Amino acid sequence: MVELTLPRGSQPTKGKTWPKPDGARNVRTFRVYRYDPESGNPPSWDTYKVDLDDCGPMVLDAILWIKNNVDATLAFRRSCREGVCGSCSMNIGGRNTIACTSGIDEYDGTITISPLPHQPVVRDLVPDLTQFYAQHAAIKPYLQTDTPAPEKEWKQSPEERAELDGAYECIMCASCSTACPSYWWNGDKYLGPAALLQSYRWLADSRDEAKGERLDELDDPFKLYRCHTIMNCAQVCPKGLNPAEAIGKIKGMLVERES
Amino acid sequence: MTDYRTPAAKVRGLGASGHGTAHFIAQRVTSIALFFLVPVFVWMLATSGAPDPAATRAFLASPMGAIVTLLTLTAGFHHMRSGLQVVIEDYVHKAGTKAFLLLGNTFLTLGLWLVTVFALVKLAL
Ligand code: SF4
Ligand code: FES
Repeated sequence: MVELTLPRGSQPTKGKTWPKPDGARNVRTFRVYRYDPESGNPPSWDTYKVDLDDCGPMVLDAILWIKNNVDATLAFRRSCREGVCGSCSMNIGGRNTIACTSGIDEYDGTITISPLPHQPVVRDLVPDLTQFYAQHAAIKPYLQTDTPAPEKEWKQSPEERAELDGAYECIMCASCSTACPSYWWNGDKYLGPAALLQSYRWLADSRDEAKGERLDELDDPFKLYRCHTIMNCAQVCPKGLNPAEAIGKIKGMLVERES
Repeated sequence: MTDYRTPAAKVRGLGASGHGTAHFIAQRVTSIALFFLVPVFVWMLATSGAPDPAATRAFLASPMGAIVTLLTLTAGFHHMRSGLQVVIEDYVHKAGTKAFLLLGNTFLTLGLWLVTVFALVKLAL
């Protein structure tokens, strides 16, 4: 059966509450999930008070402020801090997103931060995305051709190029896949919205010559058809993309091939 | 058992079965059929004089009544079977339990359909 409760020893305890910074007048409370699997202790919710007058405007700024000023042991991923690398994805205020483009002022009251749901936790806010990346690799996210490469470039008209809009912008943050109930229950077999959006990106590419093989590899009750159009993917995508729509188009291609 | 398979091996699994689309199409076709059949069936039943036993029997024995009833229930059971199958696959992961429920689903819907056919034939003859 699907797991509706947390496994034994994973129920977070009430963790440490850090004091309010001295002299701070504009304070915001952050409740952050802490877990070190190697410690043998259950996870905990630690509470931090952030001096907003001393901190940048984004949730990632607050997390960095905590790490620099309060608790250097807090683990998380980040790189570009401008929404292009996809590293800082996490669950903020109950919703998957990337911390660097989420304004603190978009949230009311205490801001709760936990790692992306339903993935193994490496530490604190760092999920183990091994399976997610393997799924991306499995859809062969690169141009496949048999025709010898032209001397200059593979040509594409502006209209053909426009077909890739809404598909190529994905930053592989995994917000969508880890927000999808179907991915939670069957993530071992279902490729998930992110990988399928990337599969569509190559299926929609006029230059690619492997459409048939790509579709063959998706024609499966689990790999593709576990998508039940729940739409959480489109709801959470921090880049405003719509993986569910792309999955619908893949299904359309498969139906077209049958009829 | 420690699982030493590589992430790629796990994700590729046994490969694609190659028949997801047929199931998908069958589900859509039965939904479209039901979209039209259910209102017609309900309207015909409502104007047939049901639930009066004699009137209901006459309706089910009449050519139009029998055909619309059979079409509606055939599409309905087919749709029910494929829908329940997806629900079982979604939520039940233990191999034995899953096989048992999938078989039960098939037998139950097939049985219900056979009862329908038998009843309609009996009433019509
Ligand atoms: S589709 Fe959006 S949410 Fe999903 S991985 Fe790409 S950028 Fe992230
Ligand atoms: S740090 Fe790169 S997307 Fe947030």
